[in-house]
Amino acid sequence: MTGANVEQWKRDITAAAEAIPGSGQVVLMEICGTHTVAIRRSGLRALLPKRVRLVSGPGCPVCVTSQGVIDALVDLAGRDGVTVATFGDMVRVPGTRSSLERKKAAGGRVAICYSVLDALDLARKRPDQLVVFAAVGFETTAPGSAVAVEMARAEGLPNFAILSAHKWVIPAMDALLAGGEVRIDGFICPGHVSVIIGSRAYEPIAARYRRPCVVAGFSAEQVLAGVAAILKQLAAGEARVGNVYAEAVRPEGNPEALARIHRVFEPADAAWRGLGTIPASGMDLRAEFAEFDAARRLGLPWPPSEAGTSERGCRCGDVIRGAIEPHECPLFGRACTPVHPIGPCMVSREGSCQAEYKYGRA
Amino acid sequence: MCLAVPGRIVTKEETVGVVDVRGNRLRAGLALVLEAEVGDWVLVHAGFAITTITPQDAAETNALLDQMEGIG
Repeated sequence: MTGANVEQWKRDITAAAEAIPGSGQVVLMEICGTHTVAIRRSGLRALLPKRVRLVSGPGCPVCVTSQGVIDALVDLAGRDGVTVATFGDMVRVPGTRSSLERKKAAGGRVAICYSVLDALDLARKRPDQLVVFAAVGFETTAPGSAVAVEMARAEGLPNFAILSAHKWVIPAMDALLAGGEVRIDGFICPGHVSVIIGSRAYEPIAARYRRPCVVAGFSAEQVLAGVAAILKQLAAGEARVGNVYAEAVRPEGNPEALARIHRVFEPADAAWRGLGTIPASGMDLRAEFAEFDAARRLGLPWPPSEAGTSERGCRCGDVIRGAIEPHECPLFGRACTPVHPIGPCMVSREGSCQAEYKYGRA
Repeated sequence: MCLAVPGRIVTKEETVGVVDVRGNRLRAGLALVLEAEVGDWVLVHAGFAITTITPQDAAETNALLDQMEGIG
């Protein structure tokens, strides 16, 4: 961002904020871990007028994964003949009794992969192991899992399965607004999720709750453009879907990716850390893909019970809802740091706690 | 994990290819961008190309990533 651009954005945003009726605070929520990091890294909050507050919502896929799912993965990693293949961010997330990292140190089988394609490779190389891919992530990641399941079927790979904790973002936005606990006047919508679902997907939220929803890319300038677009709508009394990231996001999204998701997954109620169970927010494998569903294949109760899970005083759930800022958690920066994280928001590079720890409150 | 990075398709065999991401050659699933051909720019997320982008968008995003790496 150049200095001249920053000044221009500041003027635009200040003018729009002043034009919003009333004098109360205006709260904009971002629901994308990459936005969280971009905002903290650039110190963008400090550029905004006092009236405008940015708050991070449930945008970090590792963070929103429920404790029951983490515990189920840890359990699988300890079973004979099972290897859990996972993105690196997941291994340090503490479950109720252990983490994938600790389970691995104690002899469990955990393989870190960059992509679900690596998990397929592992299954091809290790026919003696059932390779279970920890399928976390939003609409950006889910199509890849769907493709992998269909590839496994096409080549008759018998020892590959996924444990699907994939999630749809929009039901979470709906749940946050319906819950009413946290003030949200507009949403900065996630750029790369929107590449898949399309900007049009936010229209029901904008219409039902009268909240502007603007899709933005991940540069600080893109976030500022998104903030300016939302504030202008609020000043004009409008609540529409906007898109300042049109170079990558089309209104209809990526139809092939959406078709892949729907072919392999069906909507299911799913538990989110901090938000509880949200109807139709999860993606369970369809019955015709049962052989690739680790939960069905291994007889795991699914969705896993969240009863009896414990998070040891960690307030990640409140952080994920935007109910508190990371530094308001008593563990933040003391018992819980990136070196010794207690909750997933400090573990993940996209978590609000790690972003605030690294880049400060602004 | 939300982040997708620009890459240019180097080879393509059916629905899997090799993509050059900032000088690193990575395998990437191409099943979600059926229209993409060798030489095209795509956004790559967790091992899959999720959309095609123009060379200009790729250059802008790469410049931004350079900047972020410089600071971070």
